[in-house]
Amino acid sequence: MKSFQIVVLAKQVPDTRNVGKDAMKADGTVNRAALPAIFNPEDLHALEQALRIKDQFPGSTITLLTMGPVRAAEILKEGFYRGADDGILLTDRAFAGSDTLATSYALSCAIRKIKDVDIIVCGRQAIDGDTAQVGPQVAEKLGIPQITYAEEIVSLTKDKIQVKRRLERGVEIVEAAFPVLITVNSSAPHCRPRNAKRLMKYKHASTISKRQESEEDYLSTANHSYLTIKEWSVNDIECDHEQLGLGGSPTKVKKVDNIVFQSKESRRIEDFDDDINALMKELITSHIIG
Amino acid sequence: MNNVIVYCELDEGKIAEVSFELLTKGRSLANQLNCKLDALLIGSNLKGFEKEIFPFGVDTLYIADDKRLSPYSTLPHSSVVVNLFKEITPQICLMGATTIGRDLGPRVSSALKSGLTADCTELEIGDHEDKKLKKVYKDLLYQIRPAFGGNIIATIINPDCRPQMATVREGVMKKAIVDENYKGKLVNLDINKYLDETAFVVKIIERHIESSKVNIKNSPVIVAGGFGVGSSDNFRQLFHLASILGGEVGASRAAVDAGYVEHERQIGQTGITVRPKLYIACGISGQIQHLAGMLESSIVISINSDPNAPINKIANYVIVGKVEDVIPKMIRYYKENVK
Ligand SMILES: Cc1cc2nc3c(=O)[nH]c(=O)nc-3n(C[C@H](O)[C@H](O)[C@H](O)COP(=O)(O)OP(=O)(O)OC[C@H]3O[C@@H](n4cnc5c(N)ncnc54)[C@H](O)[C@@H]3O)c2cc1C
Ligand SMILES: Nc1ncnc2c1ncn2[C@@H]1O[C@H](COP(=O)(O)O)[C@@H](O)[C@H]1O
Repeated sequence: MKSFQIVVLAKQVPDTRNVGKDAMKADGTVNRAALPAIFNPEDLHALEQALRIKDQFPGSTITLLTMGPVRAAEILKEGFYRGADDGILLTDRAFAGSDTLATSYALSCAIRKIKDVDIIVCGRQAIDGDTAQVGPQVAEKLGIPQITYAEEIVSLTKDKIQVKRRLERGVEIVEAAFPVLITVNSSAPHCRPRNAKRLMKYKHASTISKRQESEEDYLSTANHSYLTIKEWSVNDIECDHEQLGLGGSPTKVKKVDNIVFQSKESRRIEDFDDDINALMKELITSHIIG
Repeated sequence: MNNVIVYCELDEGKIAEVSFELLTKGRSLANQLNCKLDALLIGSNLKGFEKEIFPFGVDTLYIADDKRLSPYSTLPHSSVVVNLFKEITPQICLMGATTIGRDLGPRVSSALKSGLTADCTELEIGDHEDKKLKKVYKDLLYQIRPAFGGNIIATIINPDCRPQMATVREGVMKKAIVDENYKGKLVNLDINKYLDETAFVVKIIERHIESSKVNIKNSPVIVAGGFGVGSSDNFRQLFHLASILGGEVGASRAAVDAGYVEHERQIGQTGITVRPKLYIACGISGQIQHLAGMLESSIVISINSDPNAPINKIANYVIVGKVEDVIPKMIRYYKENVK
């Protein structure tokens, strides 16, 4: 039976629902350390699609790939709990300050190294930038087709996939062969919860860098290779260094500003018949309505 | 050469509104830069569209007309765009931040190794000094957009790579015809030269697109409801008020997420941008992301039970009270006073 080699691209993102200007560094990049970090929501939807492929073709393997600081390994663990087979943390100072193009370049080099990947699944967009660019750019770099805004895999055979896309005012079903990259919308099903057995199994998974910080952990897990989360640096992937990090990023942040609103002189009106009557009259005489 | 170019998008056989808005912006950028404005239209049966496009001040319209180019599909369109851009090397390229533009833009920017900024809310021309390199860049495109969930505004530039690419949502820029009789040049592209034969590996099996039901953007009066409206049942009052005022109903994201009304009505940073004569905000607290879509309204009335709701600061009239009590009164006194 056919099995698929699947890579899920996931990003650890600061929770942008509650941030201020202090979260930005002077050079306009993000000070991630200052913010709570979460699994980018749509990437969990992406993981679920990968798991569904594996449900149908059980021999398939799911590798979660993330580029970020050492701390980003947290989401790989979260992925293990929910069913991912393998995880790779792409981390190096050389990647710092990457815009979407430099990020896509690094991710595509890592995917090339994983080899023979059939399906790449990623989220439509990450909530820290809301750009929705990395998916299509990775596809372009790998020279493979992309299917964006995916909501459901409607059919999957050993050599073809049909995907339902959610567009602004409708749906479209498209068909592609492999390899293909799919970006998943938040309208797709939520990710299944953590699995209790897997939680036990991977509770102590961590990266070497993390483990070196605490001797004890290091010893207790030395015998289980699956508990060591793979870390790749620039030297582990074949790439052109010019295209990485801040230097490989065509876009630069020139400045960031706080948002200030001009308050208006507002008139307060109480919820009484007379007041509302007067207001409606005023709006009519000044030709705003009527 | 090195002009401003707008990718004109077809929305079910018609040119998308956002494309006209971008042509208008593109014209003003081209004037500032002292260059020409180009446009690119890709699809099938495109005869006659030039009459709609030239009046926006387009100097050259490139047309790629082929049965296989409709409906939109990523690879065929990106192949035409990339090959054309390699030839005419535009300095700026604008696209709508639509499902099409946001699928196509990153693909093109990656192929050309140029920078792309999504969802810009303002575009300006300005200089940039790189202190480290001791280099001054003249006349860059400032791509201004909310970042970090809308909490800050970032200005992005692409000093070295061309084209400088940006996507913009519908309604953010204003559309204006320059001259009904503007004389532009029409260039029909030889498809075989621009279309890679490998571009047809993804097949469209089925499509159901509904035509847009609501036209909030051009409505002079908008009655917008938020989470404070409480239910889709309560929204009916808002529809009633909107209909007698000749307006439309809009909503905050919280109201859309709660399922009170459809997503098409969402106003704000991740919805549409509106500038009506009158905006009546009902049970909307006024978070930054919502304000981003309605701040340019001429008159704002806020109806909120909380006298300190943030939206009240930018409202001309603040009615402190419950939506369900206030709206019936507004309906009644409007009817009594209008002839
Ligand atoms: C990246 C990002 C993008 C976003 N994009 C958008 C966007 O495009 N558009 C958008 O709107 N939001 C957007 N949001 C969400 C935004 O931050 C707010 O959460 C949302 O606008 C709140 O909606 P609301 O004002 O209806 O709800 P709430 O903040 O819950 O406010 C409800 C208001 O109703 C009042 N109220 C309650 N009961 C009554 C009553 N009976 N009568 C009168 N008043 C009453 C309350 O006092 C309160 O002020 C975005 C957020 C993020 C992070
Ligand atoms: N640093 C990263 N590591 C892994 N995947 C990423 C990274 N950045 C973006 N992605 C993937 O690309 C999608 C779109 O991201 P963005 O273009 O930043 O909105 C995300 O939902 C992820 O699936």
